[in-house]
Amino acid sequence: MTRVGVVTFPGSLDDVDARRAVRLAGAEPVALWHGDHDLQGVDAVVLPGGFSYGDYLRCGAIARFAPVMTEVVSAASSGLPVLGICNGFQILCESHLLPGALIRNDHRTFICRDQVLRVENASTAWTVDYEQGQELTIPLKNGEGGFVADAKTIARLEGEGRVVFRYVGTNPNGSIADIAGITNERGNVVGLMPHPEHAVEDLCGPGTDGLGFFTSALRSVLV
Amino acid sequence: MPRVIVDVMPKPEILDPQGKAVHGALPRLGFTGITDVRQGKRFELEVDQADEATLAEIAQVAETLLSNPVIEDYAVRVEDGAVEGGTVEDWA
Repeated sequence: MTRVGVVTFPGSLDDVDARRAVRLAGAEPVALWHGDHDLQGVDAVVLPGGFSYGDYLRCGAIARFAPVMTEVVSAASSGLPVLGICNGFQILCESHLLPGALIRNDHRTFICRDQVLRVENASTAWTVDYEQGQELTIPLKNGEGGFVADAKTIARLEGEGRVVFRYVGTNPNGSIADIAGITNERGNVVGLMPHPEHAVEDLCGPGTDGLGFFTSALRSVLV
Repeated sequence: MPRVIVDVMPKPEILDPQGKAVHGALPRLGFTGITDVRQGKRFELEVDQADEATLAEIAQVAETLLSNPVIEDYAVRVEDGAVEGGTVEDWA
């Protein structure tokens, strides 16, 4: 059975939901600890949402230097699928696994709502189960979700098809070009602000549009 | 013991919502002469000696941890012995 690791940092909030999403997608969730130099041989890794290290200094700035991140960075560079959700996306940017940075929302308030996204790249390790152009509704909840990068980086992301998700309707946080999520050159590392793990069951949340992230990873691992 | 100050500021082209919020509050308090506010961070690092090697190390700390070069600039300086604005005793 495919094993997907979910890292828990001090201050992670959504690690349990992420593990549940992994299980619902048909894989075995594996709890990984921030202080361990060990990925326990998992086939993919999720960095969950929350407030690692209390968001001290900058969101994700301290988590980047957690022992487990050394292993995540090295495994990611050899192709391991890695998904960063919200705080996990911030950690991926701080770790330089993804370019750019996330800053405080332009309207200065925390936002929590069901957000429509458009899939712009359905060929990454975490999006192969979606269609190009498909619209998804999944929860968004953040205070520092404004994606920024210099003009050259944005042009490169756009030119190489590395913008994976774009916000549809109102831009919720001031992100450049409505960017909600991006990927690395290889397409195995994906980060986004909205929370697919909160949209995996009809009983809770706005539907099951988020499940495809986790089933995509399963499929990518088997290929 | 010398103290090294690292100032970290959002890059000029990066939106600074916190500075904007502070600036927005000023007219409500009756302060009208301030045209812009940018908010950053100040780190005070105590060191045994502020020699070249230590300062080079601190520049590395500033670059890798204290600031994110994508969105922030930093400046390193050694604080001289005097406490700005006088010592606590002066005010007692």
